[in-house]
Parts: sequence; C-alpha cells; structure tokens
Amino acid sequence: MNSELAIILIACLTSVACAIPGVFLVLRKMALISDAISHSILPGIVIGFFITEDLASPWLILLAAFSGIITVVLVEAIQKTGLVKEDTAIGLVFPALFSIGVLLIAIYASDIHLDADAVLVGRLEYAAFDQLMIGNESYGPKSMWTISTTLLITLALLFAFYKELKLSTFDIGLSSALGFSPVLMHYGLMSIASVTTVVSFDAVGAILVVALMIAPAAAAYLLTTDLNKMILLSVLFGIVSAVGGYYFAVWLDASISGSITTVLGLIFLLVYLFAPSKGLIAVLFRQKRQRIEVSLLTFLLHLNNHDSEEERRVGHLQEHINWGKVRSQTVLDLAEKNNMINVQNQVVFLTKKGLEFTEKALDYIITNKDEKIEDMKNDFFLFRG
Amino acid sequence: MGEKIAVAVDDLTVAYNYKPVLWDIDLSIPEGVLMAIVGPNGAGKSTLIKAILGIINPIAGSVSIYGKPYNKQRDKVAYVPQKGSVDWDFPTTALDVVMMGTYGALGWIKRPGAKQKKQALEALEKVGMLAFKGRQISQLSGGQQQRIFLARALVQHAAIYFMDEPFQGVDATTEIAIINILKELRKAGKTVIVVHHDLQTVPEYFDWVTFLNVKHIATGPVKDIFNDDNLTKTYGINYKVAVQK
Ligand SMILES: Nc1ncnc2c1ncn2[C@@H]1O[C@H](COP(=O)(O)OP(=O)(O)OP(=O)(O)O)[C@@H](O)[C@H]1O
Ligand SMILES: [Mg+2]
Repeated sequence: MNSELAIILIACLTSVACAIPGVFLVLRKMALISDAISHSILPGIVIGFFITEDLASPWLILLAAFSGIITVVLVEAIQKTGLVKEDTAIGLVFPALFSIGVLLIAIYASDIHLDADAVLVGRLEYAAFDQLMIGNESYGPKSMWTISTTLLITLALLFAFYKELKLSTFDIGLSSALGFSPVLMHYGLMSIASVTTVVSFDAVGAILVVALMIAPAAAAYLLTTDLNKMILLSVLFGIVSAVGGYYFAVWLDASISGSITTVLGLIFLLVYLFAPSKGLIAVLFRQKRQRIEVSLLTFLLHLNNHDSEEERRVGHLQEHINWGKVRSQTVLDLAEKNNMINVQNQVVFLTKKGLEFTEKALDYIITNKDEKIEDMKNDFFLFRG
Repeated sequence: MGEKIAVAVDDLTVAYNYKPVLWDIDLSIPEGVLMAIVGPNGAGKSTLIKAILGIINPIAGSVSIYGKPYNKQRDKVAYVPQKGSVDWDFPTTALDVVMMGTYGALGWIKRPGAKQKKQALEALEKVGMLAFKGRQISQLSGGQQQRIFLARALVQHAAIYFMDEPFQGVDATTEIAIINILKELRKAGKTVIVVHHDLQTVPEYFDWVTFLNVKHIATGPVKDIFNDDNLTKTYGINYKVAVQK
C-alpha cells in the first residue's frame, strides 16, 4: 500500500473511531473527561511500553485504557466526597497522572522512540510506516490494524446497545428503573473512549484525539435534532477533516495531525456561524425579526384599541407609540405587505385579516395556549418559541 | 380497593454523602389507590421514589412490590421522573421519547419496531399530543413535555405508576387532562403514586395520601388523615390558616 493512501486511511479510521464515542460524550456533557482520559493514559502507555516494547501491542492498549478508566474512577471518587465539583476533580486527577507519564518518559525512556512531543501531537507520518510483520511478510501498518479493530468493536457495540445508550444518556432515572444499568453503560462508554484514545494516540497524539472526539459531535449537535443524523454527521465531519487535513498539510508542508485539527476547527466555526437554526447568524436574524414582529403586534393592538381617526393617523402613530421614523415605516410596510392594514389619506385601517390576526394573537397572549397559534407559526417567527 | 399491598417499604434509610435524607421509613400502599406524596422541598419525596425503584441504593431497609423485590417486578412498574431531571435539548422527538417506555418490555439489545411505535402513537393520542409526535422535545412547552412523560409511562402498561410532580409547570387545562387520565388508571385497578405540591387539590384529586418530611409522618385515606395536625407536623407551620385561604 502506498504511504499516502495509508496515512489517509489511518486518519479516516481514527476520526470515525473517535467521532462515535464523541457524540455520547458531548450529549452527556463529558467533553472534559475525554481530555482527562487522553492525558492520563500516558503512564499506562509508558509502563506498557517498558513491558512490551511495542506501541501496537494489545497488552499495552489494555493497560493504557485501564489507566483511562482509573482516571474516571478517581474523578468520581473525589466528586463523591462532595468537597469539589466535577470539573475541579478532573483538573486534579489528570495533570497528576499525565505528569507521572512525562516523568517516566524523561527518566527512563529518553533513548527509545517515545518523546513528549509525539505524545501531544502524534506522528501520523511514522505510524503509516510501522508495518505489521509476520515472518518476512508485511501486512500493512500496525496502527491500521489496531484502529480498525477498535472501530469494528465500537460499531458492533453501538448497533447492539443503541437504545440502551440513548436511554441512559437522555434519562438516567428511567434507564435504571427499567433495569438498563446506567453504571454499566457509563463504564462501557468510558472503556470504548479509553481504548479508542489509546489506539489513536500513537498516530494523532493527546490533543488531536480530544479534538477528533469533541469537535465533530459538537458541530453535528448544532445541525440536527436527530441522534442518528448527529452520529452520521459527526462521522462525515471526521472523514472530511481527515482527508482535507491531509492535503492541507501536504500543500503547506505542515504537520498532518495539526492540519486535521485546523480543518476540524474551521468546520466547527462555519457550523457555529451558519447552522440553520442554532447558528449564531440564524439566532441574531431571528432576534431581529422577533423585535420587528413584536413591534408589529403592538401596532396592530393599538389600532384595534382605538377607533378615532385622530389616533390612527400615520404621524400620530409615530409620536404616540414613540418609535423613530424608520421603525414606524418598517412596521407599516410589514403590516401592509401582509394585507393586515390599509392606509387611506394618512389614516390606517385594520383589514379583516389584520383584525383576525390581532384577535388570535391576543387570545394567545392571554391564554398562553399553544394550540391557538399552530397555524400562525408559519407566518411569523415570533411564535416559533 | 382490595386488601393486597402493592408497595411495601420497611425501615428504609437513604443518605447522600452520608447525610440521611430519609430516616427509617415504614410505608405500605394498598393496591388500587390514587395516592399523593406531600412534603416540603427537600423532604425526600423524589428520593423515596428513586429508592423504591432501585435508582439509588438505601443504606438500610428494604422495598417490595407485590411481595417481591423490585428487580423481579420491573415490568409491573412505570415511572415518570421529575421533569427537570432530563436534558430537554437532547436530539430526539416526542414520539421517540414515548417509545422509550417500551424498552423495558423489549429487554437488552432488541430494537423497538412497528408494534412499539403503534403503542407509542396510541399513548400520544391519549394525552392529546399526537399532532406533536415529530417535534423536537425542546420545542415543546412545559405542559406538553409533562404530557409526553405521561404518555411514556402509559406505554409501560404497568400495574403501579410512580409520578414525580406531573403537574409541575402545567396550566389548569393540562392539569385536568392529566388528573383524568390518572383517575382512569385507578378505575382500571392500577395503583398510582404521585408527588404533589398543591395541597388545596389533594382532597379533590386523591383518595390516599402520604405525609413525608425526612421521616414518614402518616399514610392513609385522605378523608381520615388529611388534616391540620398532619399538615402542621409535615410543614412545621400552622396550616389552619394557610389551607383555608
Ligand atoms: N444527588 C444528590 N446528591 C446530594 N444530595 C442530594 C441529591 N439529590 C437530592 N439531595 C438532597 O436530598 C434531599 C432530598 O431531596 P429530594 O430531591 O428527594 O427532595 P424532594 O422532596 O423531591 O424535593 P422537591 O420538592 O424540591 O422536589 C435534599 O436535601 C437534597 O438537597
Ligand atoms: Mg423532588
């Protein structure tokens, strides 16, 4: 296999393997824990490396994943004392474990190929060359094997326990009451996250692992209200950033894992800005529309309340409702465009449609009943909640 | 009302971080009652339900459902958690949440299918929420969310229903709709246990009541024990004045 293809494949497999547990970490508001795991598996990796001398050994992977689980257990134990909150507990545990790992490397492993730099950003370029040799036969890069095995296990578990994972993430109480142990699901997810982190670590390092887990899911969360789609989108974002990141790196002659992180960051930024309903721009636009519509409603209510022509002159409205010219004009235009008013000789009249609308809106405001406004929702943002 | 005991709680003590929030509770609930659990905030009402359902482990005591431990009787019990206990921004729809009520009968690994969907749709219809089945749950009003939770409990087809403040944040119409469904359940012989905050409506809605404030104060028919004496013991203020308002 040529090395370009090998690198891209490893990057894609890693992104997908990270994106799936990432979705549930984000939904469980546990993004920080993935950061903790990715750092505190280091002592496990180093000790495993002393024993096996092979970064792709299954024993090393299990040992390191185990130190990830220990982190989770320690964090929960500290939290249970009730003295500190979860984020504080995380902040206490992982730097301790990480620094033990760094010390171990500095003291004992300075001459073997495991340096602190590689630990943070990984060495995707080398991972593709480290071939699995059986006898004299080469079977492709080792990390491709470890990552695809992990991915297969993750996918199998996801398919088998999809409903249990969903339920225990959404409603821990019901999950427990129905006999789907949330503790089991929690540690299952933590184990998968730990193993995935370990096998991705060699290729992409501690920082990118966190980005690969959290960023695709966080972006997908802004785009959909369907869990299936959220998983698929996260996987897609993972693949796009892996492939895009690779070519970006080649083009710039930069670190591949660094470029992948950059592309991920860009994807998130774009989604954050432009997501159709939860994006920043959509939110700002909606707020502006809502302000105008509240003004329109105020205006219609005023017309509805006052019969005398004097009260309904365009000029008087400007003074009376106390709006600037521009705002009054916008509101007048909007009302006219929707056939809610007509203006004759500078006097404003409510049309039949305007009257109906006003009454319905009043009814809604007074009773606060949602059924009443179902059919108004298409016309106006205001009632879309 | 039969003489059968649906739920029995013996010497139950529960603590969070070693601070007991339920002290030595003894309680038995006969089959077929519509019962309110009342008590001030922090009295341990939610905790009592969670302990009965095995969601938290007590430090002492035991619970039985029709004479057997809860974990042998899961299929007989439905649960509506307090509304604030879940994340309403979770990416899912009203229909999907109701379907979750069928997961218990399905067991591990098996996925819900057409039959479960049909049950969920019927339950949605029953609570008047069919029109909202595809709506993302954060786009529902507080009262609609409560109805979804109620529908989810209905698809559990249980004998005993535990509901933690199903009237929280609902308007009068929804409250009446919900209480009518609860009364229907009782008529069908089910046992319904509801954490309830509005003392004025207790006599009208419920036939049985439990007073709770860390300790168990009293349990019995509303007409016999819903009085100033028990209210004062539970809430620590003189309720003569308060209730009459
Ligand atoms: N997870 C927890 N960790 C620590 N303490 C808790 C936890 N949950 C509840 N508590 C405490 O236990 C006590 C009982 O809580 P519980 O939720 O059962 O009260 P409640 O009667 O349901 O109150 P409310 O009417 O406010 O719902 C309270 O003092 C509360 O602060
Ligand atoms: Mg409560």
